[in-house]
Amino acid sequence: MTRFLKSHEYARIEGNKAYIGISEYAARQLGVVTYVDMPDLGEEFDAGDDFGAIESRKAASDLFTPVSGEVMEINETLEEDPTLINKDPMANWIICIEMSDPSELDSLMDEAAYAAFCESLH
Amino acid sequence: MESNDKKTCLHACHVALGAQMMPFGGFDMPIEYSGLDAEHRAVRESVGVFDVSHMGEVRISGKDALRFVNHIFCNDIESISDGQILYGMMLYPDGGTVDDLLVYRVAEDDYFLVFNASNIDKDIAWMHSCAEAYDVKIEDQCDIYGEIAVQGPDSERTLREVLGIEAADLAFYTFKSLGGNPEVIVSRTGYTGEDGFEIYAAPADIVSMWEKLMAAGVTPCGLGCRDTLRFEAGLPLYGDELAADISPVEAALGMFVKLDKPEFIGREAIARQKEQGVSRKIVGLEIEGQATARHGFEVLDTDDNVIGSVTTGYNSITLGKNLAMAMVDIAHAALGTQLKVRIRRRVVPATVIKKRFYTPNYKK
Repeated sequence: MTRFLKSHEYARIEGNKAYIGISEYAARQLGVVTYVDMPDLGEEFDAGDDFGAIESRKAASDLFTPVSGEVMEINETLEEDPTLINKDPMANWIICIEMSDPSELDSLMDEAAYAAFCESLH
Repeated sequence: MESNDKKTCLHACHVALGAQMMPFGGFDMPIEYSGLDAEHRAVRESVGVFDVSHMGEVRISGKDALRFVNHIFCNDIESISDGQILYGMMLYPDGGTVDDLLVYRVAEDDYFLVFNASNIDKDIAWMHSCAEAYDVKIEDQCDIYGEIAVQGPDSERTLREVLGIEAADLAFYTFKSLGGNPEVIVSRTGYTGEDGFEIYAAPADIVSMWEKLMAAGVTPCGLGCRDTLRFEAGLPLYGDELAADISPVEAALGMFVKLDKPEFIGREAIARQKEQGVSRKIVGLEIEGQATARHGFEVLDTDDNVIGSVTTGYNSITLGKNLAMAMVDIAHAALGTQLKVRIRRRVVPATVIKKRFYTPNYKK
């Protein structure tokens, strides 16, 4: 199951874990990713908090978490090669959060709703 | 969504090419087409073309034209001949910068001025406000001219083979008229740190040149790489390194202010600054790590006191270094000074280096 925010972050849900990254639409808009500013392990965030930033030549964009919880993992391969996000943003998640309130997922967009939302931006 | 921003004569071409569009200086402009990095490299390695029709153009002519332009412009147009170009600034009496611009000397009584899109209304109003005691005609030509910039080591060949314009005879910072009405102007100038040309012509002619360049496979380049290219070459952008409250001396551009000229607006203020020194200056920074220092980010000394702020920053595409230009207190402006930059939640070390990060390849 994957859910989306209007700010183009996704949360891919596996059990109690949410793998958070940016959508293909966002990666395309951003252009070549030069850096991902990530939080530390163990940091706690509420849904909607900014947990870091993603940069391209053009801009730095804050990253928002769709769900509340504690950072269990960060994707260290992005420190070596942030452009992995351009190659496959859905596979190259940024952080993994252990959800403290899975009911938050009900208020997020599913894939069909998010696709319709992106379409509406044109 | 339909924006209220003005459109250049090439707007439909950008949309047809699938460019990412963004407002800049009151115009809806292309930021990138295929991708900023590839466009940047095209200019450094071969050739690329920019739509710069948003730039402002004014023609100043008349009996007092020379005296008037020298009154509002801090560089000395008596130092050049007809057919030559000077870069410089218009200043306020306090030495702050109205705008930076190019002055084309067509004849002793005839000048073509090119300035920033974001300042068009302000600049033209300023010129008129200074003109009372001078017998000059100030003609706004923003709407009658479009402009493209063909930039990169292959640009001379591209002009010849694709546009049928022979420009081998043009030295750096010179121009020639190709006739027509309005007259087509070709100059060996640019904003990339590479050899290149800027062409001013009627909008329909600009569109036809653009289409020929596209058909010949010349890379269309957006404002995204225009900024990364000028940044690497240490060139200022009004609003970042120059502003109403930033003088050319503070911007480390004092060589374009000619104090041996007896009179121009801002002369006394700049003379004072050069004599007494300024309290702050634009410097180059090399920053550790990969996070980009953006405009407005704080610059700190090693004791964590805020001593300045970033004006422009990029992970340099050509040099592979993490760089910035920053306005810092003069006590911290010496080459080699260790500083720090606050990038969101982190503070990272930085070293003051020369702001001309990339040595330009101009054809002298």
